Amino acid sequence: MSVLRVENLHAGYGHIEALHGVDVEVAEGEIVALIGANGAGKSTLLMSICGNPRARQGRIEFLGEDITRLPTHAIVRRGLAQSPEGRRIFPFMTVLENLQMGAVTTQVQHFDEDLERVFTLYPILRERRQQRAGTLSGGEQQMLAIGRALMSRPRLLLLDEPSLGLAPLLVRQIFSVIREINERDRVTVFLVEQNAYHALRLAHRGYVMANGKIVLSGEGRELLENEEIRKAYLEGGR
Amino acid sequence: MGYFLQQLINGLALGMIYGLIAIGYTMVYGIVGMINFAHGEIFMIGAFISIITFLVLGLVGVGWVPLALLIVLVATMLLTSVYGWALERVAYRPLRGSPRLAALITAIGMSIFLQNYVQLLQGARNKPLQPVITGGARFLEGGDFTVTLSYLQMLIILVTIGLMVGFTMLINRTALGRAQRACQQDLGMAALVGIDVDRTISLTFVMGASLASVAGLMFLLNYGVIDFYIGFLAGVKAFTAAVLGGIGSVPGAMLGGLLIGLIEAFWSAYFTVEYKDVAAFAILVLVLIFRPTGLLGKPEVEKV
Ligand SMILES: Nc1ncnc2c1ncn2[C@@H]1O[C@H](COP(=O)(O)OP(=O)(O)OP(=O)(O)O)[C@@H](O)[C@H]1O
Ligand SMILES: [Mg+2]
Repeated sequence: MSVLRVENLHAGYGHIEALHGVDVEVAEGEIVALIGANGAGKSTLLMSICGNPRARQGRIEFLGEDITRLPTHAIVRRGLAQSPEGRRIFPFMTVLENLQMGAVTTQVQHFDEDLERVFTLYPILRERRQQRAGTLSGGEQQMLAIGRALMSRPRLLLLDEPSLGLAPLLVRQIFSVIREINERDRVTVFLVEQNAYHALRLAHRGYVMANGKIVLSGEGRELLENEEIRKAYLEGGR
Repeated sequence: MGYFLQQLINGLALGMIYGLIAIGYTMVYGIVGMINFAHGEIFMIGAFISIITFLVLGLVGVGWVPLALLIVLVATMLLTSVYGWALERVAYRPLRGSPRLAALITAIGMSIFLQNYVQLLQGARNKPLQPVITGGARFLEGGDFTVTLSYLQMLIILVTIGLMVGFTMLINRTALGRAQRACQQDLGMAALVGIDVDRTISLTFVMGASLASVAGLMFLLNYGVIDFYIGFLAGVKAFTAAVLGGIGSVPGAMLGGLLIGLIEAFWSAYFTVEYKDVAAFAILVLVLIFRPTGLLGKPEVEKV
């Protein structure tokens, strides 16, 4: 069953159109990677799945329901969570409060259990729970952003460049957690990455975006071996 | 000494009224990023609803003062909230996302509209109210100056402290307060975690209006006379208080309100009454030059 289906999506900002008819599909249980150069429109795609910027044309379906015209909060309440570009943690709130914000859409009785799960994935967050989130390091902020998204028990997790700016060791850690939540918690993952090598190795399938369009798609390993992709995104880029 | 103490008391009571109004400015600015210039008029409407409720209670013969006060308090908070809610819903929400100037002009327009609305309904003449609470406690009797802490001032100080404590807990401890802080820090991200941003903004206007209505009630009790124009000066001073404290900061609004009240009281007492308003604004200018974020304001960006 497909969790997410995007058909002919057009979206943009003011007079600029950033997406010119994008088609993407993510099936239950998959990890799907989206790669592409700077400014290709990857973040715009993730954000407009969540209704901001709004689709100007086309259709977005989540779990079989048309969500194209729903307001953002109504979309995420249906079981979708995003760790957006730039992390966007709430800087003046504590780590714990940020995680509470992630749980606004869920039942209170799950809270302790979900919190425990996030603290198990990222023990450093437990230590820092009372610290103001704006004072965390970049890597810790990334963990917090993912942890916050997980607190909503999402069916589909959208991750925008989770490895950006992190040291290699942390990158590996972030990716292994993504695999773990996919395998153990059965969360479907759609992730945008600059780090094409890691992303395509992790993902079941991948899409390549250029200038607001999907130009290539296929199995993760298959894309890894593709000559054009090696040239454009992988050479020297590990 | 006695004279100084008296001014301190007067200034505190006055400052609490400004502080209550200032919270509305600061919260709306914090979340929506606009100065709600019609907020002073919401305060004025709160005072009018209070006086009308007092008159009605007088007619039906509710004579016991504590009960009358409680009824007036609840009535003005509820009804004024409706005005605050409607103001946002009708005038500001359709403009969300448009340039700031448009929202600013609309706010000024709404301020003029509400003044005329009240003038039309209630007339332009002053509305007096007989003193509801009289008497007070006297201190330092026999000294060169007898200090009076009137029961009304006690009430103003106690009610305001109570409201501010309750309000601070609401902001810091409850899910609604967390949602408001989240909206203040990153509106788009707040929506992305599932907060209904429109609803949170509506509730912010409702909260600001209900606090302003209490200030309106206290103003009415304190001065005993109101007119449709009181929202202007009180609004400008409360706005000054909000900026002085650091716009966007709730404790800052309270602190700023107290400072403006104290400055006004002391200036009137030791210098010239005529220039008391100028004094408050002069201090504002100085703060903006030397500490533009206000006393408790946060710098715009933090390491993120
Ligand atoms: N808020 C905005 N206002 C106007 N234009 C924008 C905005 N955000 C993005 N754009 C434009 O839309 C296009 C797509 O940007 P987007 O951020 O989606 O790219 P991206 O693939 O995520 O790039 P990156 O790898 O740098 O994150 C770009 O041309 C960009 O300049
Ligand atoms: Mg991006």
